[in-house]
Amino acid sequence: MGAAETHQAIDAVWRIESPRLIAGLARIVRDVGVAEDLAHDALVAALEQWPESGIPRNPGAWLMAVAKHRAIDGLRRTKLLDRKHEELGYDLETRRAETASGLDEALDDDLGDDLLRLIFTACHPVLSSEARVALTLRLLGGLTTDEIARAFLVPEPTIAQRIVRAKRTLAEKQVPYVVPRGAERSARLASVIEVIYLIFNEGYSATAGDDWMRPTLCEEALRLGRVLAELEPQAPEVHGLVALMEIQASRLRARSGPAGEPILLLDQNRALWDRLLIRRGLASLDRAERLGGSKGTYVLQAAIAACHARANVATETDWQRIARLYAELVRIAPSPVVELNLAVAESMAYGPQKGLDRVDKLMAEGSLKSYHLFPSVRGDFLMKLGRFEEARREFESAAALTRNARERALLLERARACSAT
Amino acid sequence: MRFMMMIKANKDTEAGVMPSERVLAAMGKYNEELLKAGVLLDASGLQASSKGARVKFSGSKRTLIDGPFAETKELIAGFWIIQVKSKAEAIEWAKRVPFDADDQYGAEGEIELRQLFEMEDFGPSDAVDQMRELGIGEKK
Repeated sequence: MGAAETHQAIDAVWRIESPRLIAGLARIVRDVGVAEDLAHDALVAALEQWPESGIPRNPGAWLMAVAKHRAIDGLRRTKLLDRKHEELGYDLETRRAETASGLDEALDDDLGDDLLRLIFTACHPVLSSEARVALTLRLLGGLTTDEIARAFLVPEPTIAQRIVRAKRTLAEKQVPYVVPRGAERSARLASVIEVIYLIFNEGYSATAGDDWMRPTLCEEALRLGRVLAELEPQAPEVHGLVALMEIQASRLRARSGPAGEPILLLDQNRALWDRLLIRRGLASLDRAERLGGSKGTYVLQAAIAACHARANVATETDWQRIARLYAELVRIAPSPVVELNLAVAESMAYGPQKGLDRVDKLMAEGSLKSYHLFPSVRGDFLMKLGRFEEARREFESAAALTRNARERALLLERARACSAT
Repeated sequence: MRFMMMIKANKDTEAGVMPSERVLAAMGKYNEELLKAGVLLDASGLQASSKGARVKFSGSKRTLIDGPFAETKELIAGFWIIQVKSKAEAIEWAKRVPFDADDQYGAEGEIELRQLFEMEDFGPSDAVDQMRELGIGEKK
């Protein structure tokens, strides 16, 4: 194996093993920053030795053994010789004396919890959103600072700083290194889900010509979601998240035209939708729904996405079901965009008058006044009802509200079409 | 990127001999590792070629040939589709397939790795556009 190949192989091992390695070390030293440093030390040792000795049969165990050795040395060197650390050192020594397979078994037992602890810590609410994303991609994705920077279109030092500060904040705030239990757990899980979906959306927003790291964020988010689904199989919202991402990712090939222009879902060529991802998404949604309980926002959004995914052509879409799902979503997470989507779904299911009734009701309730999509949606309903003069005025209002030049042009075009009728 | 890992057949898989408990357990554990790592997209064992068939094409002629097929070493007994960041990562996963769980596989075994086409891999052409219409090779 040539030097370049060996390095690539070591990189691959790192990507596979680093989250578990860091997680296991963090359990011992109770600090993710120290854990990552120890893990990196082990990687350096691997880069030094493996080109000569070859990649070991069990690379994860090799790295863990080296890292633990350094952890013990480190503890001794910092002279934290209060009883607790002496015990810890002794504990580590006796563990080191165990046979390799015994060590693996001991590791496996704690593995799920270790990873969960790491995920929960990286996504801790005390950190800013950006910090959580960077730390998660670093510790759980094994991405380099450079890769994260390119993915988010910021300079590398910005990400480096973000990660350093995040670790410092966790240490300063003395965030306990535990898996949250009880009432706290679902709130903390919601934070993890949010981070993963943020990463996915960042990748999904990538356009042709962007750095190739950007679309890989979708893959990374999907992978993290799947990992989480194995760690928290009883949490419906986790499966909802995975389902939503799988189904949205299934449309990646269909959502842009040849000039890179966006193609709306209803206009997409469904032959380009990835059937494997759709199948996986529907399976995840099924898992979520079978767990029962009231549906959360991710399960509902996934269920809506699934309605579209199940229709082989746009005309086969089950709009009544979508309308019912949006109605549920409005109840638990109302927002202008959700409410407007409800109105659109109702118009598709029951006719434009129903849609118009819904937006007018929302307008009276005051929630949609300054939302720029509202007049364009209302205009669409009016046009379908043959009320062209009113529709024209709505499209012109919408054009005035939008800052997007292309959108403005399209809306003015629609206004003109109403005059011509 | 996505890779297909194909496990090559041997005389036992062709004879429909079930793997031993140890092999099944080891394979199960391996699949679990793929699942836990979030990289497994799909997987299946393939039944012996005696249950399969080939359709041969020669001009307008179609010939049906029933299995079994003789060249065991070239046959596939199963596959995984995994999502990874690099070919090196796919290779690392392939190396972890537990062939040595049992003598049955330990004697000889092979995994072939093939990368799936994503549409970006093709240059522009009418044929490509048509494949695109049919949804062949869509990304992820």
